Amino acid sequence: MQFRLSEEHEMMRKMVREFALKEVAPTAAERDEKEIFDRSIFDKMGELGLTGIPWSEEVGGVGADYLSYVIAVEELSRVCASTGVTLSAHISLASWPIYKFGTPEQKERFLRPLAEGKKLGAYGLTEPGSGSDAAAMKTTAVRDGDHYILNGNKIFITNGGDAEIYVVFAVTDPALKHRGITAFIVEKGTPGFSFGKKEKKLGIRSSPTLEIIFDNCRIPASQRLGEEGQGFKIAMMTLDGGRNGIAAQAVGIAQGAFDAALAYAKERKQFGKPIAQQQAIQFKLADMATQIEAARLLTYQAAWLESQGLPYGKASAMAKLFAGDVAMQVTTEAVQIFGGYGYTREYPVERMMRDAKITQIYEGTNEIQRVVISNYLLKE
Amino acid sequence: MNILVCLKQTFDTEERITIENGKINEDGAEFVINPYDEYAVEEAIKLKEQHGGEVTVITIGPERAEQALRTAMAMGADKGVIVDLEDLGDQVDEHTIAQVLAATIREEDLDFDIILCGYMAVDDGSAQVGPRLAELLEIPHISTITKLTVEGDKVSVEKDVEGDVEYIDAKLPILVTAQQGLNDPRYPSLPGIMKAKKKPLTRLELDDLDLDEEEIAAKTEIIETFLPPKKEAGKILTGDLADQAKELVQLLRSEAKVI
Repeated sequence: MQFRLSEEHEMMRKMVREFALKEVAPTAAERDEKEIFDRSIFDKMGELGLTGIPWSEEVGGVGADYLSYVIAVEELSRVCASTGVTLSAHISLASWPIYKFGTPEQKERFLRPLAEGKKLGAYGLTEPGSGSDAAAMKTTAVRDGDHYILNGNKIFITNGGDAEIYVVFAVTDPALKHRGITAFIVEKGTPGFSFGKKEKKLGIRSSPTLEIIFDNCRIPASQRLGEEGQGFKIAMMTLDGGRNGIAAQAVGIAQGAFDAALAYAKERKQFGKPIAQQQAIQFKLADMATQIEAARLLTYQAAWLESQGLPYGKASAMAKLFAGDVAMQVTTEAVQIFGGYGYTREYPVERMMRDAKITQIYEGTNEIQRVVISNYLLKE
Repeated sequence: MNILVCLKQTFDTEERITIENGKINEDGAEFVINPYDEYAVEEAIKLKEQHGGEVTVITIGPERAEQALRTAMAMGADKGVIVDLEDLGDQVDEHTIAQVLAATIREEDLDFDIILCGYMAVDDGSAQVGPRLAELLEIPHISTITKLTVEGDKVSVEKDVEGDVEYIDAKLPILVTAQQGLNDPRYPSLPGIMKAKKKPLTRLELDDLDLDEEEIAAKTEIIETFLPPKKEAGKILTGDLADQAKELVQLLRSEAKVI
């Protein structure tokens, strides 16, 4: 057993950390405040190869592994959780299903520009009436010669509006329930494909979350991803990996809040000494650091399993469940250490606490993670 | 164009320095490419992108310094050479380093049109190695450059002289040392990091080089290493202005000893 990152992983972490500090952190508070998505940050990530980390070079990727990917999401999220989820949704949710299930033509046409960072990706599964119960979706796709005609609404779409390539799911045969769901690749600008309202959110406010609408949207059959009826499986498998990205985002948020709290505790003086000399604060810091380390190890382990081609569904559900809860606890404690100042937007921990909450909710709520984990346990 | 870059791995500039048994404690410290050397690496890669050729990065240091070479290779350098002088212990100074670099360049047949160095290392700040190396190789050098243009064998530089700029023309081969402002070093890209491990790295020790240990022995000796004194709270003079001025002059003379 080895608990040391390879030289490449260390170099990559250093590079992403520097990039995050210099190019992402300075505007994080302002982008949050004004709810601005800054595409130029994504473009720069593309230039550095971050947008195609785990894909092979033949399809425009870098040929690194999933561990590299989670390290990148972690380091970005440490300074800006919105930027972390932009990359996570782009890689895990939009690119992964095309990498795994796409035809060579689909990979060339859609995955390559995603990997090279020339286009941004998104994933459309959730609907107003179908969240955790994804199979209850109402969006339909009806075959019409060489085309499918899509109708319906998808909500809470990360990168929505700004993304050029969407992997979406629709019912092709209602009688077959979840076996009647099919995946499609839809491009921005396709007639009948439009954007609805932009959500006003508690956190990750510089990551756009939109409704996407299909109104008699005709998609060539060549943009069907996988077989008819394979969609639900593709959606669930995609989320298995996506959870790892969210776990990494949660670890990053927690680490960012911890770093800020530790530095503040050493500086802030009350009763004539830094509050870090009070055991009440020391114990908080010790608990926070321990939780973060445990969450990180679960996350890296799940990413390592995926890189090795080993089953990782249970591990990534555990990582996401644990890391999401840790992010919420650690950011809440970080605000507590900052006291009244922590509650203001003068310091970043307020933003981080707001950002942390979503990691317990999206890509499968933490309640659903427990369902996933217990299903594995009972099957084993 | 064949380009050599001499670089040093130094403490991360944000590292807190501690001293143990009269030596700087390296335990747990983060190391980086000396920031001035990073400008040199960036400039070398830019020259290669413009003129073609090959960038070789050379360092002298312990095994950990390989990391600095790998980072330079991830940025775009083509190959690396590391010389480990462990055998010499502390008997190393700028004279030694320049001699070893010159021997390495000679014996490894490292052809060069231009050599780039940082103008100084942020750890010992001597700013000697570049110029010394140029002397040993019998080529001209220009230090603290902030702009470099090479056309054919003509070299034009802008050199920082205490805030003013000197414009100098010279010819290849030459050695130049980089000042802040020369460029904005790129991040090593992810594909660059992936490729860096496969790029050739030559590891040498003192025995691999034809050098007389006495000849390269340090010409200086470090007597003592200590941290700067802790900054004390300032003194605020009070009372009649004329008295304050008198006291200030008194203090500057007797305490601060600056006048």
